[in-house]
Amino acid sequence: MQFFFEVLIGGLLAGVMYSLVALGFVLIYKASGVFNFAQGAMVFFAALTFVGVQEKTGLPFWAVLPITLAVMVLLGILTERIVLRPLVNQPQITLFMATIGLAFFIEGLAQLIWGTEVRRLDLGIQDEPIAVMMDNFDMMVSSFDVTAAVVAGVLVAVLAVFFNKTRIGRALRAVADDHQAALAVGIPLKQIWAIVWSVAGFVALVAGLLWGARNGVQFALTFVALKALPVLILGGFESILGAIVGGLIIGAAEKLAEVYLGPMVGGGIEGWFAYMLALLFLLVRPEGLFGERRIDRV
Amino acid sequence: MLYREAGQFRTSYAADQQLLPIRQDRILMAVLLAVAFVGVPLFASDYWLTALLTPFLVFALAALGLNILTGYAGQLSLGTAAFMAVGAFAAYNFQLRVPGMPILGSFVLGGLTAAVVGVAFGLPSLRIKGFYLAVATLAAQFFIPWLLVKVPWFTNNSSSGVITSQPIVILGYVFDTPGSKYLLVLAIVALMALAAKNLVRSRIGRAWMAVRDMDVAAEVIGIRIMRTKLIAFAVSSFYCGVAGALYAYAYLGSVEPDGFNLDLSFRILFMIIIGGVGSILGSFLGAAFITLLPIFLDVLLVDGALALGLNLPSGATSMVQLVVFGALIIFFLIVEPHGLARLWQIGKEKLRLWPFPY
Amino acid sequence: MSARDPEPGRRIGDTLLQVQHISLAFGGVKALTDISFDVREHEIRAIIGPNGAGKSSMLNCINGVYSPQQGEIRFSGSTFRKMDPHKAATMGIARTFQNIALFKGMSVLDNIMTGRNLKMRSNLLAQALYIGPNRQEELAHREKVEQIIDFLQIESVRKTPVGRLPYGVQKRVELGRALAAEPRLLLLDEPMAGMNIEEKQDMCRFILDVNDEFGTTIVLIEHDMGVVMDISDRVVVLDYGKKIGDGTPAEVRANQAVIDAYLGVSH
Repeated sequence: MQFFFEVLIGGLLAGVMYSLVALGFVLIYKASGVFNFAQGAMVFFAALTFVGVQEKTGLPFWAVLPITLAVMVLLGILTERIVLRPLVNQPQITLFMATIGLAFFIEGLAQLIWGTEVRRLDLGIQDEPIAVMMDNFDMMVSSFDVTAAVVAGVLVAVLAVFFNKTRIGRALRAVADDHQAALAVGIPLKQIWAIVWSVAGFVALVAGLLWGARNGVQFALTFVALKALPVLILGGFESILGAIVGGLIIGAAEKLAEVYLGPMVGGGIEGWFAYMLALLFLLVRPEGLFGERRIDRV
Repeated sequence: MLYREAGQFRTSYAADQQLLPIRQDRILMAVLLAVAFVGVPLFASDYWLTALLTPFLVFALAALGLNILTGYAGQLSLGTAAFMAVGAFAAYNFQLRVPGMPILGSFVLGGLTAAVVGVAFGLPSLRIKGFYLAVATLAAQFFIPWLLVKVPWFTNNSSSGVITSQPIVILGYVFDTPGSKYLLVLAIVALMALAAKNLVRSRIGRAWMAVRDMDVAAEVIGIRIMRTKLIAFAVSSFYCGVAGALYAYAYLGSVEPDGFNLDLSFRILFMIIIGGVGSILGSFLGAAFITLLPIFLDVLLVDGALALGLNLPSGATSMVQLVVFGALIIFFLIVEPHGLARLWQIGKEKLRLWPFPY
Repeated sequence: MSARDPEPGRRIGDTLLQVQHISLAFGGVKALTDISFDVREHEIRAIIGPNGAGKSSMLNCINGVYSPQQGEIRFSGSTFRKMDPHKAATMGIARTFQNIALFKGMSVLDNIMTGRNLKMRSNLLAQALYIGPNRQEELAHREKVEQIIDFLQIESVRKTPVGRLPYGVQKRVELGRALAAEPRLLLLDEPMAGMNIEEKQDMCRFILDVNDEFGTTIVLIEHDMGVVMDISDRVVVLDYGKKIGDGTPAEVRANQAVIDAYLGVSH
């Protein structure tokens, strides 16, 4: 039983990290109706840029962070300007394919600038079992995972407040509801989109740092985004809450399946399990846990 | 002045419904086929046949399959490579386990197996649309190669998961030279392209496009949306399956499940975006473009670096490839969403008026 | 002008469609409440009412796009708790939409050919080979479709993708697509919305001709009272999802509830 909880907690903590990546998707989807496949590439780009700048300049963490953030904001704004603005009013599927192209572009660019070798990223967070948990419950819970989860949790909370309480947040929700109407009441659509892409860049940076510190900064980081997709299906593309709950479910279910189901079928199931879970889920509730059911009007 | 249809009157609906109603188009097609079937095998080097033309044809067939699903029926799939894998491994096992099985029979059965699997993974399309479906097809992309690796039966207990295709023998003739393999692939691809063209101009093709363009209206007309989508998945996966079998038998010779990865799926998606979504011709143009581009880039980069005296970092060419592919996709989606096929069409329309464009 | 006189050769027959006690709600919003009316064979039946009265919802119930919570629909002798769109189509109910619902990527010809989908039989293999029966079938249906194209006078644009056509022509193509199915009952949702006076006159002519020449029964929604009074045999009036009037144009015009609904009386 202890072991079960250990696995469950590990899974939930990993799930928070999935939520973090999924959040980037939700933000952009809510504000501009774009399903941004390049979010994973942005995570990779952010982590690689951070490490690259650190190596080149030798500056401390707190100095490199704003530089990288500036780069991500620039990337976000350029993406909005060059890729998405010309494609306004195109079918969603076209936008989706454009972001696949964008993902390739960013992945290639990042490696052209910073090289292809795997790099270590040290954030100074210990990755050891937490003593309290070890002593009292005899469970291995990594301090790194907990820290990462706390950071992710804080970020999610901040974003939720930003979305619900601030003027920009309100404008964002208006834009998400209806571009034309938002434009008509004087909301500067283009600025809003630029802000959203910048925020998505910021989220990608946080996710990139956390994932990069754990798994090393390498091309495989882009696969993290692929993990976030089933999270979105589960949670619904439009819901921040959905991204969080979906992430937790996927994280926990995946770890449990890996530990209990994996050995039975020869392992290696983490590559597809989340997808199959999401697929089965879709058959029951196509709009996701927190998505809105749409009525087709004719 | 050469490309004129003036004076060519179509006096019956039958004449109007021909594949190529304009005489010049028919001549062009005849020349093209003659070059492909006679000229190329006579003059092309083995390198051209094995490294360029055969893969081009195989990819064109896969692109054709994806185009039926995505371009005509409007269902985006990111699992093309997985269905190719099903076709390749199914053909291998039919050939291996059924005594006296003709090779073409294995290809067809491989395609049919892929069709069945395609329908299974197409079931969610009944309830979800757009990129939701795209994400769902990723399930196939990750699950199928895993299954092929994990169940030794599929790879005939090959420890590495690599299978080596059996020799291609039809009626006692062994297709073992690059030229003969190329001709076999060419014949299959040409026939299947013709069949695809026929399908999209028949009832089912119109039903696909109707579901793509406006599903509620299609339903009201009496088109069964569910059946139409599943047929699209089946036909598309059949094409991808046969393409997968040819990929294994005529192009590479030995393949492993992990070779049919997401990258390959994306590559085929790029072919239809650049070539032309919803166009048979576009599938070929896109396949040619995506097959040739890396070679062209390689030459350009290596020679360019030499000329400038630069030292290229290792792997730079593949990174440049990523950047160029990505940029091209975005460029085409913005500038010409109907791809090269549309450019070809515009060119023809201009040519009709040339040299007096007013 | 008054309701037009029955013309020779055009005879109103028995009841073709009977809508009985239909109620439809979306969540808590009641779109239709206990609506009943009938449509007789060969007649032109109009549904009128202010915006949001539930007219389109009514058509959507008749051909099964929406499922009403209560009531039933009798069509041509059979009774249905609810329709589904495919069944409606096979039984000979066709329709057009308020906002044009054509297949934008296809040519005029292909759009109308799609309307004949239910009448075609060739299997997949025959279609792939495009020989023999399938070729014959395509040609036979092409002839039928060309007749409709002639009838609607859109010969010159038959190969044009519908997305490029002007609004009025698109409306005509949509009518053509519905006609291609050779329906017994044709549901027209605001066929003249957004048209200028000439286009309206053309469309009226087409509707009357369809009714005369093919004997098709027509249910139409229209806002232009002049048109409604001119071409329809009987009129149903809806307001806030309830039926407030039913009868010949003259009767409806004299109905106090209808006058109130249109001129506005506090509810």
